[in-house]
Amino acid sequence: MDKNSSFALSNPHKVPLNNTQKFGFGLGIIGVIILTLATFNIHAEPKGIFTLVSIALIVVGAVIYARSTYLQHPAGIKNNHVYFKTISNRGVWGWALGIVLTLFYVLLYWFPSYLGLGVDGKENTGLVVMFDSLSMFFKGQAASQWFVYGTLYTLAILSLGIKFMYKYRHNRYQLIRTVVVILSQLFLAYFIPEILEGLNTERTYFAKDIKNMWPLNYYFFEPWHLDNMRNGGSLGMFYLVAGIFMFLVFTPIITYFAGKRWYCSWVCGCGGLAETAGDSFRHLSSKKLSAWRLERWLIHAVMVFIFVTTAAVLYGYFTGNGEIFGLSIYNTFSKPYGFLIGAMFSGVIGVGFYPVLGSRVWCRFGCPLAGYMGLIQRFKSKFRITTNGGQCISCGNCSTYCEQGIDVRAYAQKGENIVRASCVGCGICSAVCPRGVLKLENGPEKGRINPKEILLGNDVDLMDLLNKK
Amino acid sequence: MEHIVIIGNGISGVTAARHIRKNSDKKITIISSETKYFFSRTALMYVFMGHMKFEHTQPYENWFWKKNRIDLKEGFVTTIDTDAKSISCADGSSLSYDKLILATGSKPNKFGWPGQDLDGVLGMYHKQELEKLEELAPNNSVCKRAVIVGGGLIGIELAEMLLSRNIPVTFLVRESSFWNGVLPEQESQMINEHIREHHIDLRLSSNLKEIKSDEHGKVKSIVIQETGEEIPCDVVGLTAGVSPNIDFLKASNIKTGRGILVNEFLETNCKDVYAIGDCAEQHKAIGLRRPIEAVWYTGRMMGETVAQTICGNKTAYKPGHWFNSAKFLDIEYQTYGWVFSERNKRENESYFQWHHASEKLCITVSYDKNSRLFLGINTFGIRMRHEIFDRWLTEKVSVDFVMEHLADANFDPEFYRTYEKEIVLKFNEEHATNIKVKKKSWKRIFSTNY
Repeated sequence: MDKNSSFALSNPHKVPLNNTQKFGFGLGIIGVIILTLATFNIHAEPKGIFTLVSIALIVVGAVIYARSTYLQHPAGIKNNHVYFKTISNRGVWGWALGIVLTLFYVLLYWFPSYLGLGVDGKENTGLVVMFDSLSMFFKGQAASQWFVYGTLYTLAILSLGIKFMYKYRHNRYQLIRTVVVILSQLFLAYFIPEILEGLNTERTYFAKDIKNMWPLNYYFFEPWHLDNMRNGGSLGMFYLVAGIFMFLVFTPIITYFAGKRWYCSWVCGCGGLAETAGDSFRHLSSKKLSAWRLERWLIHAVMVFIFVTTAAVLYGYFTGNGEIFGLSIYNTFSKPYGFLIGAMFSGVIGVGFYPVLGSRVWCRFGCPLAGYMGLIQRFKSKFRITTNGGQCISCGNCSTYCEQGIDVRAYAQKGENIVRASCVGCGICSAVCPRGVLKLENGPEKGRINPKEILLGNDVDLMDLLNKK
Repeated sequence: MEHIVIIGNGISGVTAARHIRKNSDKKITIISSETKYFFSRTALMYVFMGHMKFEHTQPYENWFWKKNRIDLKEGFVTTIDTDAKSISCADGSSLSYDKLILATGSKPNKFGWPGQDLDGVLGMYHKQELEKLEELAPNNSVCKRAVIVGGGLIGIELAEMLLSRNIPVTFLVRESSFWNGVLPEQESQMINEHIREHHIDLRLSSNLKEIKSDEHGKVKSIVIQETGEEIPCDVVGLTAGVSPNIDFLKASNIKTGRGILVNEFLETNCKDVYAIGDCAEQHKAIGLRRPIEAVWYTGRMMGETVAQTICGNKTAYKPGHWFNSAKFLDIEYQTYGWVFSERNKRENESYFQWHHASEKLCITVSYDKNSRLFLGINTFGIRMRHEIFDRWLTEKVSVDFVMEHLADANFDPEFYRTYEKEIVLKFNEEHATNIKVKKKSWKRIFSTNY
């Protein structure tokens, strides 16, 4: 039956789009084409207006498409054909999208001039120049490739977040969570930092996205960044103190009460993109035991790597030394981390490989902040996914749609709660469960982890005998 | 080393095997003619709908079986010699056993309808039937209309499957309202509405008269008994219930009725031969349960139980409080304890019912009208905690107590609207009571931990 996983352009169970869907999809595509042509220096004039037009087309197109797709049926789970479509089943469109995204990230990190960034004082061209007037509006300077990236990133979360909300319109947890995801990106990660940047143009750059804390923001403690914050007046000092407070105090406390989900699937930018733009690929994560084994090694190795790197960097900063134990701090620690983890892992693999490895590769295997919160969640937290007695039928929807590759069913079919470091609390396992078995909740620590021999429903004496043994 | 042979690799057989392995070192062999590896039958529909691939329906990775020293044999058992303690398969191979567990499940019912064996007619139970459906109904140009005969849980799932391929469905239901032999009228009516909301051509009080063939022996149409109406179609799904899959036992010494007859220890009349799951029939029904229970959960429970007996801890099958669940298109259903439909209501049984004004949400609470003892609850579109209701049933609480503590039982996702106040308000109006819903209490909820 695996013929469905074909490389054919047309899938065997094609459900044609209706005219409204085609119209919405078409509008979005026109928006994307305007920006794509710009990348090849074919600009629509006036550029500033057409950038806004293409943004509007993408948002409006997504809304029209989503309304028509999801409102034509009664509210409920909408996963029909997920494994038939070539885009969401590693078919030809999936791979094509993966290659395009990967290329985009390679250019963004290492060859921004190909995106049109003007180097050595030259004017911007290509894609970047399209965003000059928007950047001018916010901060009175020409756009950088990072401004373009931030704008497109926010656009993806907004438009596909709205689509997600139509898809899950029956589920209040998903609706509220997604509103918060969209607003966090829009304000905390985009408008506020850009506006603050514009109000402080005389000062050198430091990160103004308050939620993007160390160690996810790995350059927070780099000397240049520390200096920029220290020289950034009261705003700079605020971000310095807030950054440390967020990591040391705020995060552990909230994670204790609600699990790491408050961050990973509610406010984080990486998580926000995964939950919205990445929703169509969530099922592609590997559920194998071997993947879990790899995950535990990898995420904790990255975490140790950034801890060591930061320690070395801070040592260098306070002693004025460029070396530690005879090793160059920059060449041994900061530079490899920035290249391997900051750019390759979180950017190129993390997002570029969405259609191949699923939407949470970075969050699951790499993110040191997720690793840190995961340890809290696993060992000292009130959060769990409760399994509802003996109601599981082992269907596997929960495991299939877990973006973090947790074999949720393995727990549910044993009547055992799910307490896992990697769970980001997106709530989709609970949503897709056809029998009402799973509930994300924050409850007493006692009894949170509850392995069982025999499930609820059988002889009470037998359950007592075996489960208390 | 004692050799335990299990025929059937569904939830019953596999649960038995896993628990025997947990408790012993015995040699275990599972035989199946359907698939090599265990899969969740209840998930087959999702493969057809494209929610999952077949591999996702397999709860254990393929290495699991070898690691746990559970041998898997593919084969169709034709004869069982209970004297020689051996079985033989269609491919000529044979196997001897020390203990034998029969866990062969069910097969779809056919009631002798004319045309029931035509090409294009199928049940929806085995993986092979799913594969056949994929051939017969890949899309709505190959299958222009499908007719489903039998309004039960599999029927509505098959309808949902076909809808996912945009195939028009006519759904023949013998009863005057969907599943109203089991569901109270309020709920059955709501499901009728929901079925129609999905543009399924629901025909109530309609029986199948015959299935007509074209010149190639393929389905052409069906005729409805009551009206004589002929409906052209390419596929006919027979989903009028299931019965134990025991034909292969006819020549053996093992006693059968509708199913394989077993005592409370799940033992058949032959020494060292046990039967569990859908294929087993209790000599004497347990409590209000039916002698044959073709339900996932009971299969699993019998597997857990028989494993104890086989490992030396002789244990009777004593299921706890009845529970079940299903999903009707987009509406989830859970039940705890006993709620009988109006048709089968017991003499002392009284309902309290609540239905949301506009959403597809409702509950029926059954209680003893004399003693006010809580008997059971059906919920639609509202999830409830199994552990809480199981405890309340054990503690024999009153319906008033259930109303007062309803918030403890809610299992809906966080931020969902709750309806306890509305529900209890209606209860108070109808019963001249003055019950106030208590706020959800973790302390009460977790005092149930088993």
